[in-house]
Amino acid sequence: MSTPPPRKAATFDWTTAFIAVLVLVSGTTVYLRDGWPRVLEILGHDFLLFVGIMPSLLAGCLLAAFVALLLPRETVRRWIGAESGITGIFIGAAAGVILPGGPFTIYPVAATLAVMGADIGAIVAFITSWSLLGYSRALVWELPFFGVHFVGWRILLSLPLPILAGLMVRPLANLLAKRFR
Amino acid sequence: MTIFVIGFLWLLVAVLAAVAARQGRSVLKGAIKGGLVEFMRLIPRIAIGVLGSGFIAEIMPEKWVATWLGPESGLAGIAIATLAGGLTPGGPMIGFAVGIAALKAGAASPQVVAYSTAWALFALHRALLYEIPLMPARIVWLRMTASVPLPFIAAYMAMLVGKP
Repeated sequence: MSTPPPRKAATFDWTTAFIAVLVLVSGTTVYLRDGWPRVLEILGHDFLLFVGIMPSLLAGCLLAAFVALLLPRETVRRWIGAESGITGIFIGAAAGVILPGGPFTIYPVAATLAVMGADIGAIVAFITSWSLLGYSRALVWELPFFGVHFVGWRILLSLPLPILAGLMVRPLANLLAKRFR
Repeated sequence: MTIFVIGFLWLLVAVLAAVAARQGRSVLKGAIKGGLVEFMRLIPRIAIGVLGSGFIAEIMPEKWVATWLGPESGLAGIAIATLAGGLTPGGPMIGFAVGIAALKAGAASPQVVAYSTAWALFALHRALLYEIPLMPARIVWLRMTASVPLPFIAAYMAMLVGKP
């Protein structure tokens, strides 16, 4: 990423610590239940999986870094901000797919859009499509674990969801606005 | 199939590298450096996640997973998976490690699709750490309310298609 956030600077956060404890506990349980041979068997399998992950992980990291540097973020911002209606929802959804980066880049952009008066449907479509279809997470995290078949189908099935969320949030927002007026 | 996707990935990397190189050596260098730093930073986390998925799958009570999330679990299974996905603490490492562990332990794929989708949409950790501090509260709650049906829709479509 071009602008690394301070929070991600630490290599070992509580998430990693939490799952490390989980691994220790489950690993110990397997050892106590089935003994060393089973532990080593699982470790061997995991090691192969880990080695297989490396090429796509490296490619995913490089891809995200290139797009972050090359994509004119201002332009994207203008597109979603200026448009509204169903077009805005579609543009928001598309931008969520394209725009690289983690929550620390997405939410500030979304918040800016909201302040600029962008349509709530477009904003929700944007966040939803980033969550469900964002390629950085899919490439770096999901693909290595689940494989191409599962991830491909999950993404295909998720394609209409950002549009749906964008369409559904508008009546919801109107309802709320009326209630509290 | 996997090999094609990885090949395509690297092709994309090469194309973007060429575009970056046209903009100047420093752009190319900066991007490669950024990507490598991210890669090195992720390696230990991925290693722990992979280990986690192996051991957690091994001790997951298969009978429960099969009953609660298996092919016969239907709507209730999807609801449980959705709830579990939303309440899963932590980042993608935990979300995906638990998802793949459940799949290995006998959960059906529509239920796991519901889990992943719910995790992506509602993950408690991301909401608390980033979304709620960074976004207007009204938008956060509206987005979450509008998103409630989405894991169910994804899971039902997965059932209809019979995939993944």
